[in-house]
Amino acid sequence: MPVFRETTLSNGLRIAAEIDSRGYSAAFGYFVRAGSRNETDQQSGLSHFLEHMMFKGTARRSAADVNRELDELGGQGNAYTTEEQTVYYATVLPKFQDRLIDLLTDMLTPSLSTDEFETERKVILEEIAKYEDQPPFGAFERSMEIQFGPRGLGRRVLGTAESIQEMTASRMRDYFLSMYRPENLVLAASGNIDFDAMVEQVETLTSDWSQRQTTGENLLHCDTADSLPPGISLEPHLSVPEINQSYLVRISSGPSEASEDRYAARVLASILGDEGGSRMFWDLIDTGRAEVATIWPHEFTDCGAWFTYLVCDPADAPSNRDQIDRILSDVVKDGVTQEELNQTLNKASAGIIMQSERPSNRLFGLGSRWLTQGKYLSTDERLEKIKRVTIDDVGNAARNYFQNASHLEVIASGH
Amino acid sequence: MTVLVQPMPWLRTAAFSLALRAGVDVEPESESGLSGLTCEMVQRGAGPHSSRDLVSIQDNLGMDRSSGVSTSTSNFGASMPAESLETALALYAEIVLNPHLPENQLEDARMMCLQEIRANQDEPTHRVMQRLRQMHYGSVLGRSTNGTEEGIREIKQEDVRRFFETNYHAGGSIVAVAGNVEADSVFRWVEKSFGRWHTKPLPEMSMASGTSGYEHIKSGSSQTHIGFAFKTIPYGHPDYFRMRAGIGILSDGMSSRLFDRVREQQGLCYTVTASCHSLKQHAGVFGYAGTTPERAQQTLDVTLNEISGMTEGLSESELERWKIRIQSLLIMEQESSASRASSLASDFYQVGRPITTEELESAIESLTTDQICSYWHNHPPSDYRIVTLGPDPLNTPVDSILKSVQ
Repeated sequence: MPVFRETTLSNGLRIAAEIDSRGYSAAFGYFVRAGSRNETDQQSGLSHFLEHMMFKGTARRSAADVNRELDELGGQGNAYTTEEQTVYYATVLPKFQDRLIDLLTDMLTPSLSTDEFETERKVILEEIAKYEDQPPFGAFERSMEIQFGPRGLGRRVLGTAESIQEMTASRMRDYFLSMYRPENLVLAASGNIDFDAMVEQVETLTSDWSQRQTTGENLLHCDTADSLPPGISLEPHLSVPEINQSYLVRISSGPSEASEDRYAARVLASILGDEGGSRMFWDLIDTGRAEVATIWPHEFTDCGAWFTYLVCDPADAPSNRDQIDRILSDVVKDGVTQEELNQTLNKASAGIIMQSERPSNRLFGLGSRWLTQGKYLSTDERLEKIKRVTIDDVGNAARNYFQNASHLEVIASGH
Repeated sequence: MTVLVQPMPWLRTAAFSLALRAGVDVEPESESGLSGLTCEMVQRGAGPHSSRDLVSIQDNLGMDRSSGVSTSTSNFGASMPAESLETALALYAEIVLNPHLPENQLEDARMMCLQEIRANQDEPTHRVMQRLRQMHYGSVLGRSTNGTEEGIREIKQEDVRRFFETNYHAGGSIVAVAGNVEADSVFRWVEKSFGRWHTKPLPEMSMASGTSGYEHIKSGSSQTHIGFAFKTIPYGHPDYFRMRAGIGILSDGMSSRLFDRVREQQGLCYTVTASCHSLKQHAGVFGYAGTTPERAQQTLDVTLNEISGMTEGLSESELERWKIRIQSLLIMEQESSASRASSLASDFYQVGRPITTEELESAIESLTTDQICSYWHNHPPSDYRIVTLGPDPLNTPVDSILKSVQ
């Protein structure tokens, strides 16, 4: 059985690990409480831009060194940024643990050189352009902007072309110093780990992190709520010439990471919207009326959202939307059956077991939960929580979230 | 039917991968999409089970399943808790031996296939890479696995039945199992479920008929999407890893040449990749880069230049990094029954025998930079196929066949 261990270093950096010495691999990741919701208008896109810059060199390593060493360790690694976190991770063979820890930890003290900043600005602008061409053409971002407002949780992770063009390296350095303080970070590890060696090594490598303080040279404006940030629109219809399908995103309030009913909400989502066997699947996908018709709750630290996503021929969008409304009102009225619940629980339990086989899969839940809640949940505890969900819990969640709930819709289409 | 089993007793799961010689290469030309539509139809009820029964049994067994068609095969697979495997194999035997092929669901299945085609049309990268595949392999082997709208609309119930009866049989089929299972038990279960399956002769392998050239698809997209391909040797060829290592040095990992020199040093794009794709007797290197229109020409030029200059300055350390990367991947494959089952089936299809992890490790370990350089000097990339999608066409090293798509 895997063993959980945790500690807090003298500088405030927290470390959490799920150790399974039978594993073939070891996964490591730094989880930073820095996401788009922490940014102001003038910082829009900085968390994500910084994520790119962590690969661009340190006092001890050039940008090429960082990438080369990651490859030398055979590391299956990368990074991502969300509204609430930035995560740097890699999975390696256990024999490379100390070299990987040295590299990842060093990366988190980046040079942030102006030259590299200018080159990477172009890459970020390309990334923004790339997503403009991809379904659903910004509809998810738009739905978040309308639901939460264009600031805070509704702020785009990538920023806008306007905010990235305007960004300065100096502003980035200040943002780094204010966000990448040790008390704002968690180092998580899973798999075949030498925990004590890791703790000792990181204690030494991060001894000066507590000295990180902003220079104060960048005085930023306070955001004014009565105007939109540059490059942002709240128009719910995105017109994309040339596209065939309609992409409809509906958003409404959902459970947070701390909500008691989040497991019931996940089970409800599975019964209503899972690919291959849910109510929406049988009514809309199996019949060929839609390419995608699904629903899921997305949990944030202090709130949450239900997303409904429908992709279909524009002519069928109104009738498909009506069908989704019927499915939701039916579940509010009648709840779910024991048979549906059993089937979903069996599938979900197997999914958790299968997913837990790879340390790299375990890492993200472990690190993210330790960062935001300071809690650990073993695979068996997760299984237990899912298995305890009853049809009453699911029916209550349906009423709680879908009865008379107000929602917003964003549609991307060619017309 | 070939049965391959790799016991992995340290796992809690098992996975199977079932491949039948029923790919898009055996579709009649006017019915492009028939293989995929049949693959969908066989799962709409089989043996004593209705379509809904099948899904409910699969969910209750905890199966994470997939199905789809490729150039030469139809594939069904799933991973699950190991104790579900026996029932799962029996269920899939019903699906491929005794499907109902319900006529009253043909329209639904057809609509499903059309949805997918329409959605793919909205993905510029997919459009570019699909067109590139057609140019590279030609009209038969380059067929879209989704089919065409016209083809899908043409298909009748009897076509599905005929495709099923002609192509769903034991001949050439492979079932690969990996996970917490005993080989003898798996052989017994497969014998019990699939033992009565008949065998028919296999169709002749089609030949590739692609040609070099350049096509541009006009679009108001934000980026210019660039796809390129050239011929190479398939997996299983004695020189395969000498070729593959070269592509690895170009594109595997964050220190690879394309990522480092096109993206990291010049900031020309977010995505730039090249990878190898093998059919049984044919193969290609396929590459992609996406970049804003004003930098597209430079991106294409720099990328092709890096490929043609791959052997220049090829260092021992570059090769060493690639070896460690592949070795790490092979070791980590031991953590996933699904990944191992899928490799077993595809290796057997390509090479005609299973390839052990040890054999792969030793083939890769023995590679030298001299071998790679020698292979690439003797087989330089040529006869490029290039497809772009964006506002304006680019200048390319091959003849243009400019195509306008509104």
